[in-house]
Amino acid sequence: MSKEIKKWFSLNLGNKKQCACNDTKSNTTEDGFSQVFDISMNRRQAFKKITAGLLVGAGAVSTSCSVVSSGERKEKSQIEWEEYFKGNYKLMTDEEKQQTVDRLVRSYELRTGKKINISTKGAEKDVLFGYAFNISKCQGYMDCVNACVKENNQDRASEMQYIRIHEMNDGKGLNFGEADDTFYHEVPAAGHFYMGTQCFHCDNPPCIEVCPVQATWKEKDGIVVIDYDWCIGCRYCMAACPYDGRRFNWSTPQIPEQEVNKEQHYLGNRLRKKGVMEKCTFCVQRSREGKNPACVEACPTGSRIFGNLLDPTSEIRWVLANKKVFRLKEDLGTEPKFWYFMD
Amino acid sequence: MKVLINLIKDSIVYLTHGRKSYHIWMAFLTFLMLVGMYSYSLQIQHGLSVTGMTDRVSWGLYISNFTFLVGIAAAAVMLVLPAYVLKDFNFKQAVLIGEGLAVAALLMCLAFVIADMGGPARLWHLLPGIGVFNFPSSMLTWDIIVLNGYLFINISIPLYILIKRYQGKVPNPKIYIPGVMISVFWAVSIHLVTAFLYQGLQARPFWNNALLGPRFLASAFAAGPALIILVLAVIRKFTDFKIDDKTIRKIALVVTVAAQINLIMLISELFKEFYAPTHHSESAYYLFFGLHGKAKLVPWIWTAITMNVIATVILLFHKLRNNFTILYIACVLLFIGIWIEKGFGLIVPGFIPGPWGKIAEYFPTTPEIGVTIGIWAMGAFIFSMLARTGIAIELGKVKYKKG
Repeated sequence: MSKEIKKWFSLNLGNKKQCACNDTKSNTTEDGFSQVFDISMNRRQAFKKITAGLLVGAGAVSTSCSVVSSGERKEKSQIEWEEYFKGNYKLMTDEEKQQTVDRLVRSYELRTGKKINISTKGAEKDVLFGYAFNISKCQGYMDCVNACVKENNQDRASEMQYIRIHEMNDGKGLNFGEADDTFYHEVPAAGHFYMGTQCFHCDNPPCIEVCPVQATWKEKDGIVVIDYDWCIGCRYCMAACPYDGRRFNWSTPQIPEQEVNKEQHYLGNRLRKKGVMEKCTFCVQRSREGKNPACVEACPTGSRIFGNLLDPTSEIRWVLANKKVFRLKEDLGTEPKFWYFMD
Repeated sequence: MKVLINLIKDSIVYLTHGRKSYHIWMAFLTFLMLVGMYSYSLQIQHGLSVTGMTDRVSWGLYISNFTFLVGIAAAAVMLVLPAYVLKDFNFKQAVLIGEGLAVAALLMCLAFVIADMGGPARLWHLLPGIGVFNFPSSMLTWDIIVLNGYLFINISIPLYILIKRYQGKVPNPKIYIPGVMISVFWAVSIHLVTAFLYQGLQARPFWNNALLGPRFLASAFAAGPALIILVLAVIRKFTDFKIDDKTIRKIALVVTVAAQINLIMLISELFKEFYAPTHHSESAYYLFFGLHGKAKLVPWIWTAITMNVIATVILLFHKLRNNFTILYIACVLLFIGIWIEKGFGLIVPGFIPGPWGKIAEYFPTTPEIGVTIGIWAMGAFIFSMLARTGIAIELGKVKYKKG
């Protein structure tokens, strides 16, 4: 991987060409995976043949099972098998993306009888997403957290939350050490102010460099995403993130079927399995459709502002131009695309 | 090829026969491995939630043991250099044991890493060719390369020597000396790369410290040879394999020097953290004194430091060091002390306090401890087999019979 490691560069918002996106296309040709899989479709067929062979064998063993269910079961194991051997999403062709989406949709249908919709929509041209957070306005209502959990199909059992709201003490400044990010009482509490953190979608993210299998990367519109099916669960990215932006599925995520958000994106809120990383994706399933992320939409105080950094008329650009904005831990050189400001 | 098959056959026959204490030892290890496998099956079934790890402290006992064992693997081979290159025959007996220890330690390392993975079934994603290997960007990929390369070297050199001895021939130094040289440099690299794994994270100030790599090496060259001394003591007692007092004394000297350097580095670190404490010293405060009433690691680290200091002081005096009983005690103290200090004394505080100052403590759960014990038992099992075969061949008890 001859990926240029760029450290210490800044976001130049005036110049569109300098959006510092990873050119994933140039990687494609160099990668061993795509070489093997692109050249030899017979490899795929070989897998299929092995599958068929195994299925015949398994079928012969389990003759006792009913004839009706064996058709579905066959399809299920066929899907599982092909899903197991699929490649990294970043390196898939459009056709391969469609195939895996079809399999995932069908698999969900087989399990629950319900249809879901998984998008593979890519980044749009001249779009670089950014986020701003108004510390003066936030009252700690946690509506953003609730909306995020529902929108992104997060595990209800472990109460996973991408967003942390820190309750800070007035007069202590931005003292995270003394702040409480697990508060549960009536808000706004006197003598406190509130500040939210989540994945900052750094322009120079340390998490993607440490991943041994490139299961996480930065998309062209600046969103840092994870291929949940490619992640091996080593949690190195979690150790590398200075912002506590990443979450791990310590056990199989539990979501009541009727609460599952069925409008999904492959890199966004589709259902995860145990043993893989996940995190905020700026609601890629919404933002790429031109909508605001769920947290922005849910916020009752208007503390959250989201938009295209490359669009001079966007609200986020107005905030950056007219407010005294700052970012957290700037000395680490991560270049977060997440700014804070006060009224 | 035929020789190799015969070697394997003969060693299996030899390994399945032995005195009662040997059988009891191996049965005991097998039992522990079964406990480990049961614990691991729980983890496979329910996920890593059966461990004490959380989103706040996301690496624990497994990665701690991995880090420590890389050091053991590296140090074992540092004994090789004087033996083969400086023609120091005293060391030579220790070398075969050392390389066996390196192989066992490496296999344990790999087992710990796999035990720590959320998706061990997806491990093929790492394989260059069919997977994506994020080299050279990710230090983990460097670590995979150096560990497996080291494993290969440490299997092939002793295997070559043993096959020659098995046939009653003398191994050709021109063939194995280059391998030995490579393995010595490689030993330094595996430990340095493993240190870089942590050192390169700007998110964790406790690890983001230029002394981490050198300190890894110093502590490894103390703990590794200390373990070898203990193993040699056992071998001396239970087998006919002759090990001179001189050999053990020389290894003890290596341990002494490394333990001293390790202590000097510890003092340097403590000075930096506590003379002019900054926000970044909070992890060290947590480790040594506890933060906001949370102090689970404090008794452990002080035990470790006490052990290290006592052991180093004992080793400093020739009279004490030359008394083997005291030497063995010092080695045990040093080994356990460094295991704590470089195991969870290093890994866990890296996560505490968290990026936003949250102090969430970690303590391993029963299944996690079960898996850990199982992997250690596996290492001991593998080492027992390797050492026993190696010694038998060296002593000429197992020989190649033509036809």
